[in-house]
Amino acid sequence: MATRKPFRWHVGVFLAPALLVYSAIMILPLIGTLNLSLFNLEQGQRVFVGLRNFATLFGDPRWSDAFWNALGNNAWFFLVHMLVQNPIGILLAALLSSPRLRMAAFYRTAIFIPTILSFVVVGFVWKLILSPIWGIAPGMLDAVGLKSLFAPWLGREGTALTTLALISVWQFVGIPMMLIYAALLSIPDEVIEAAEMDGVTGWSQFWKIKLPLILPSIGIISILTFVGNFNAFDLIYVSQGALAGPNFSTDILGTFLYRTFFGFQLQLGDPHMGATIATAMFGIILMGVCIYLFTIQTRLRRYQF
Amino acid sequence: MSIARHSTSRSLAAHAVLILYTLIALFPVFVIVVNSFKSRRAIFAEPLALPRAETFDLVGYRTVLQQGDFLLYFQNSMIVTLASLFFVLLFGAMAAFALSEYRFRGNSLMGLYLALGIMIPIRLGTVAILQMMVASGLVNTLTALILVYTAQGLPLAVFILSEFMRNVSDDLKNAGRIDGLSEYTIFFRLVLPLVRPAMATVAVFTMIPIWNDLWFPLILAPSEETKTLTLGSQSFIGQFVTDWNAVLAALGLAIVPVLVLYLIFSRQLIRGITAGAVK
Repeated sequence: MATRKPFRWHVGVFLAPALLVYSAIMILPLIGTLNLSLFNLEQGQRVFVGLRNFATLFGDPRWSDAFWNALGNNAWFFLVHMLVQNPIGILLAALLSSPRLRMAAFYRTAIFIPTILSFVVVGFVWKLILSPIWGIAPGMLDAVGLKSLFAPWLGREGTALTTLALISVWQFVGIPMMLIYAALLSIPDEVIEAAEMDGVTGWSQFWKIKLPLILPSIGIISILTFVGNFNAFDLIYVSQGALAGPNFSTDILGTFLYRTFFGFQLQLGDPHMGATIATAMFGIILMGVCIYLFTIQTRLRRYQF
Repeated sequence: MSIARHSTSRSLAAHAVLILYTLIALFPVFVIVVNSFKSRRAIFAEPLALPRAETFDLVGYRTVLQQGDFLLYFQNSMIVTLASLFFVLLFGAMAAFALSEYRFRGNSLMGLYLALGIMIPIRLGTVAILQMMVASGLVNTLTALILVYTAQGLPLAVFILSEFMRNVSDDLKNAGRIDGLSEYTIFFRLVLPLVRPAMATVAVFTMIPIWNDLWFPLILAPSEETKTLTLGSQSFIGQFVTDWNAVLAALGLAIVPVLVLYLIFSRQLIRGITAGAVK
């Protein structure tokens, strides 16, 4: 009690480099960006404007139209991922984890390949394949007698966003597949054997026994998808450009932020409004993470084996 | 008997679904790589055919290697990825060791602070990061990218590695202490070799997003000398949109190195992903 422990320098030495880089490059700029959103230029002077930038972003038609359009598109982008990517990922994982499946390693490796490719490759590859000039997609549809269904999907306002979302699903389906696969493998054999004793096999075994056990993993995948989607930029930028054409129908928050911050065509870049959009994105992501942490995660029952 | 037949048909159905999806996953890659070796006429005439003697043509690759400085881009990408990886692993492991080994005031708060970056993407701070890099004169240098990627990779690295380091036996470390080893020697000589599998997992997860990133190279280092392979191929393809041979060859060049690395490390990667859950 009398002698205080000597200060342990090595703890500081171990922590310092990570803490320094992380704080200086990640946390401080994040705070700086949040702070910058409270300022704007008036007659060439930077002045504190409080929340007026946000009022402009949400309410002034010059900004709010683009913002709500981007937010709506982003929500649809996320919805497509939740409805297509995650169910396909779970289905593939369920099939892969069936015992005595041959070539499981081959399927796993092959299906994960799109995930390691860069957005540049993915964006251009699909642009070429769907291009009416090259004719791979129409040619293949022709082979099965469905040529009339073909349309330049990426070039039409009504279909471009959904097409891009599906391309992104194609790229990232490997991640939910792997995480669910890992969760399914970690279910102990005794549980499965007990189910088989009771005559619960096949799909009913999956629905009644395995699915409840992997719900926490599905929760993690949902929040990862959410953060990834509301932070997306690259795929849209590569395939549709910063203007997110046709007619902004594929504009999401990431491309909107990029255009606002750096400017495009005749409009000059605006760091203050850029910071305002980044702050709005921060709020949206934080809200999603909080909803997940405080409502979904606490309600999910975790099973200890 | 009937059960056996039932299970055979089920496994056939499973194979059918998996093969179908494997085809969907690989088809685009196949189309690009195959067509990058064909003459312009063959690309359009029979896009799905393999290159034959009379349709084989390397003109696309020649254009790419003459026009774009892909060797430099590749070198830049390698430098940025390897340097960031080195710092993420070293600093991440050191911090993870401090958090998992020592009890000190604010330990769990520190863990939470470092884990924040897993959920909040670093891109949201871009506006201020660019201002900072401009102020310190680091714009258009690879150092700027390395710093950003190190910060980006650290949260996940610390999180995963500290989970693993909790499992390293205390007896071993205490035996080392009794033998008079310093805390630094214990970390570098005893603990690091033991968590090597976890380091490999972290390495793969850190590497892929850095190698593929377009946002930060575009914003922080867009100059010709500092372009990474991802940004380089993006702007190259943008310029050569109508030269299909060149575009396909550039895509082929961007795919092949990653593909080769992936096939070498895929066993490690998959084991890493599954290990996290199985533990």
